[in-house]
Amino acid sequence: MHTDLITFLLHMGDNTLILSQRNSEWCGHGPVLEQDIALTNIALDLLGQTRNFYQYAASLSGDGTTEDSLAYLRTVREYYNCLLVEQPNGDWGQTILRQFLFSAYQYPLYEKLKVHPDDTIAAIAAKALKEVTYHLRWSSEWVVRLGDGTPESHSRMIKALDNLWPYTGELFDPASYEQIAAIDSAILKTAWLDRVTAVLAEATLPLPGQTFMQSGGKKGLHSEHLDYLLAELQYLQRTYPGNEW
Amino acid sequence: MAPIYNNDTIQAIREILKDVCDPEIPVLTITDLGILRDIRLHDDTIEVIITPTYTGCPAMDTIAMEIRMALLEKGYPKVKVTSVLSPAWTTDWMSTAGKQKLKQYGIAPPDSRMAIPEDGVECPQCHTNHTRLLSAFGSTACKALYQCNDCLEPFDYFKCH
Ligand SMILES: [Zn+2]
Repeated sequence: MHTDLITFLLHMGDNTLILSQRNSEWCGHGPVLEQDIALTNIALDLLGQTRNFYQYAASLSGDGTTEDSLAYLRTVREYYNCLLVEQPNGDWGQTILRQFLFSAYQYPLYEKLKVHPDDTIAAIAAKALKEVTYHLRWSSEWVVRLGDGTPESHSRMIKALDNLWPYTGELFDPASYEQIAAIDSAILKTAWLDRVTAVLAEATLPLPGQTFMQSGGKKGLHSEHLDYLLAELQYLQRTYPGNEW
Repeated sequence: MAPIYNNDTIQAIREILKDVCDPEIPVLTITDLGILRDIRLHDDTIEVIITPTYTGCPAMDTIAMEIRMALLEKGYPKVKVTSVLSPAWTTDWMSTAGKQKLKQYGIAPPDSRMAIPEDGVECPQCHTNHTRLLSAFGSTACKALYQCNDCLEPFDYFKCH
C-alpha cells in the first residue's frame, strides 16, 4: 500500500507524464515548425516535472522503485492521472484547448504548492510554475487565435470544448490522497474558472453550461485511450525488460 | 579515518570545473550559467551540487557526466553529483562574462526587465533593437525565437526566467 503522499506524487507525475506523451505525438506533425517546437518544448517541460515527482516518490518507497519503473512498469489501473490529459489529441484545436484547460489548472495549483510545508513539493512547484507561466500564455493566445479566427477554426474550437469540458469537473473533485496538497478545491476552481471565462470570452467562444462530469482517472479508472497510450509508451521495456541504451 | 581532502581541494576543484561547458551552448561554462551551486567534501567523496536551468533540461545528465569525467581525469575518482531544485535557478545567476559570451555566440542574453519581450531585444548580428518575437519556444527549452527586422536574421534569445 502506498502512503497518501506517494499516491499524491504519482497523481501529480502521472498528469504531467500522460499530457507530455500526448503532446509529443505531435512531434514532426505540427502545423508549422515553430508551433511543432513549442508543443514539444512544453512536452519536455512536463516530462521534467514528471521526473521530479517520480524521483521523490521513488525515494520515499524504498523498495527498489525508480522513476523508470514508475513510468514503464505500472499497469493502467495503477495510474492516477485525471481523464482530461489522456483524451486523444484530435485536431490542433483540441490539443491546444486541452493544454490550456490543464495549464489554467496547474498555474493556481503550483502557486499554492510552492509554499507547501514539504520542502521538496514546494521546490518542484516553484520551479515548474515558471514554465507553466509560458505554457498558459502560449495556449491562451492560441485559444484566442483559433476561437476568434475563421468560421472553420471557431466551429472546431466549439467542438473541442464539447469534447473536453466533461473532463474538467474531475480536476476539482479531490481524491482522498489530495488532502496532502492541503488546498481548498473550491478556491482552485474559482481561479481556474476566472481564467477560462476570460480567455473564452476573448476568443468569442461560449462558456459551456452545466453538463455531466466524467471522473475516475484519479482513482485509477481510465478510459480505454490510456491503454493504447501506455502500450506505446511502455512497449520497449515490456518487450525487452531492463533494456538500456 | 582522516579526511583525504582539505580546503585547498575546493579551490582546485572549482578551477577544474571552470572548463565544464553546457553541451547545448558550448561557449558557456557551468560557472557562467550559475548551474554550479556548491562543492562539498565528505571523507573520500567530492559532492558537486548543481541545479537545472529548466525542469526538463536534457543537458543536465550530460553535464553531470562531464563533471565526473573532468574530475576523474585530474585524479578525483569518487565524485557524487547532486541536483537540487531549491532555490530555483534564475537567469540572474548568469555571470556578466557569460552574457557577453552568449551575445558573441549569436544568442541574445536574458533581459531582466522582461520575460519574453514582444520586440526590442537587441539583434546579436547587427545590434539594432528593431526586432520581433517569432515564437516563445525556441531550439531548446531555455530559448525563444526572434527575428531582426533590419538584417532579417532569425536569432535565439535566452529567456529570462
Ligand atoms: Zn540584425
